[in-house]
Amino acid sequence: MLELSLSHYLTVSAILFALGIFGIFLNRKNVITILMSIELMLLAVNINMVAFSAYNGNLEGQVFSLFILTVAAAEAAIGLAILVVFFRNRGSIAVEDVNMMKG
Amino acid sequence: MIEALFFYLFAGIMLASGLMVVVSRNPVYSVLFLILAFFNAAGLFVLIGAEFLAMLLVVVYVGAVAVLFLFVVMMLDINFSEMRAGFQKYLPLGLIVGGILVFELVAAMYGDVFKGATLPEAMDISNTRALGNVIYTKYMYLFQVAGLILLVAMIGAISLTMRKREGVRRQSVAAQNLRSRAETVEVVSVPSGSSPENLSTAAVKSTKTTSRNGGNT
Repeated sequence: MLELSLSHYLTVSAILFALGIFGIFLNRKNVITILMSIELMLLAVNINMVAFSAYNGNLEGQVFSLFILTVAAAEAAIGLAILVVFFRNRGSIAVEDVNMMKG
Repeated sequence: MIEALFFYLFAGIMLASGLMVVVSRNPVYSVLFLILAFFNAAGLFVLIGAEFLAMLLVVVYVGAVAVLFLFVVMMLDINFSEMRAGFQKYLPLGLIVGGILVFELVAAMYGDVFKGATLPEAMDISNTRALGNVIYTKYMYLFQVAGLILLVAMIGAISLTMRKREGVRRQSVAAQNLRSRAETVEVVSVPSGSSPENLSTAAVKSTKTTSRNGGNT
């Protein structure tokens, strides 16, 4: 228990990932919280990558964690921009109204 | 021993604040708990020896992404209480799905697969230098594509949120650059001892525009 191993990190990241999924289920009307849950899940993936990279003595995991970080930042920026535009047009950010964007 | 203690501290706070992100009533609190979760994840990264990624997590996530979230949450005028409708309805389903996921993942990793992995000896070069050695050689193209992705995201976000509004006074740069000196600046001679109030209105106007250059001879 007091001797850290790879499984410790993997368990923590698994629980964090599940928390992200839990958040998407729970707050399915609120786009902002859904985006935050996605950030949590990406963080869990990053922890997984870094843990494997450290315990295997292989830096590639950390390199790809860097790229995941990049994509997550881009995704958050675009998602929030879409959210702002949608709020400007619609006056709300309820998820069930979003299908009016089609066509 | 002390390492394990810090691991449990960081992991515990991170998971607790992750839970608070999800269940918190006020989205502003959610964002603040998200920041706390990122800080503790950075602590975990330091613990495992990935210092560069830890610093990057603090700079990119706490400095940029979380502040962006905070900005949007506070800028949009949303009634968040009616967003909570269906929270109780979806609670059991979310618990079941999340529980099954955690069970499966943990069950998979407590098999014999990862038993042998131990933390290797510390490298004689720093983590940042080692990462740089790999990124700028083997993963050069991927690194550039990452920069391209950020550029596309930036252009996309700007072009999505920019709008033309009617009735807004704007500076017309082209018209301003096309003004000639003759139509804007005029040199008038003001006799000494007289104040600009005594001059004709046209002269006063031109005195005002030329006063910076010392319009009187």
